[in-house]
Amino acid sequence: MKFLCVECDQQMAFGERQLPGDGTLAATFKCPKCGRVVAMLTNPMETQLVSSLGVEIGGRTVPSEPFEMVRANVVTGGPAWSTDAQERLSRVPSFVRGMVKKIYADYAKERGIPEITPAIMDTARAELGLEGM
Amino acid sequence: MRTYHQLTDPDRSGLADQIGAQRKRVAERLAGVRRIVAVMSGKGGVGKSFVTAHLARALARGGRSVGVLDADLNGPTIPGLLQAPPTAQPPAVGLDGVKCISMGQFLDEGAPLTFTGPAAESFVWRGAMEASALREFLGDVEWGKLDMLLLDLPPGMQRYVELCDILGNPPAALTVTIPTPESRDAVRRAMRAAVERGSELLGIVENMVGGALQGTAGDDLAAEFAAPVVARIPWHPTPDSWNQLAAQL
Repeated sequence: MKFLCVECDQQMAFGERQLPGDGTLAATFKCPKCGRVVAMLTNPMETQLVSSLGVEIGGRTVPSEPFEMVRANVVTGGPAWSTDAQERLSRVPSFVRGMVKKIYADYAKERGIPEITPAIMDTARAELGLEGM
Repeated sequence: MRTYHQLTDPDRSGLADQIGAQRKRVAERLAGVRRIVAVMSGKGGVGKSFVTAHLARALARGGRSVGVLDADLNGPTIPGLLQAPPTAQPPAVGLDGVKCISMGQFLDEGAPLTFTGPAAESFVWRGAMEASALREFLGDVEWGKLDMLLLDLPPGMQRYVELCDILGNPPAALTVTIPTPESRDAVRRAMRAAVERGSELLGIVENMVGGALQGTAGDDLAAEFAAPVVARIPWHPTPDSWNQLAAQL
């Protein structure tokens, strides 16, 4: 994927990637000549398709962990995840997402909670001392 | 306006580099594997997984180091057949010391394979997700030195094609059929696909022989593809049935 500033006939440089948490993705590209910045915004399906390949737009900042995609994305048969909770989980960096997901799932299983919601995540975070997760 | 290939600076999305790194990881991980064999059929219910598991055990009993990759992500049976206990860090080790990796090791008992993601139009990304899981199974398992890695394929040819793409080279193919003409016709398609992709045909295993299933599928396919029938497995196989098959590979 490349972006061209048509006016300057210059290839634009990757700027930053943002995950707003609603399943979408934003990536910015900047023209090195005129400084114009454009944002590529992908819908949840497009975002999911890219992440299904085990890649990140703009490149990875840390190497992938073993079974990262499977551990992060396979529903293991434990508690269900509400859409809002899934979106919140998607904001967790992918290399620790599987571990974070397991912590919340274990928390819910141990307490007989059938569905993980953002409220449950808040409670678990407070109880387990997981600030920032 | 210039086109993609006319822009000479690197692809800033980094996707191509990451895909390249994934391929390299798979190649490095499998560098210690002497031979990769896909156990395939194209037909469901012919006993591919049963044959795979018992062949792996027979090879291991014969002194060879063997791994099994359960490529049937939606219907994994290898952990059960090998009695491989769940482990935090695959591969699990089952009967006769056979190592294995399976989606069954990640799922709760009886749970279907489900991925998180947008539910609408999930068919768009689900295939890519399954291929990625397969890639992780190939690239993230520390097999160590193996004489043979058996790939237990599900019915159909999609998984075989994905494996060829991920591996870079087509694996050798061992096909399994039952004697019936219906099985023969389905397996023929799979064998043609394997030949077109460049897989070496190791032979045909005719399974469930001597019971109610009538036909000459094994011999028909052997004649058509100039590949040997390496085993005829009876309804009630003995360890010798599998030892004889293992000796052919």
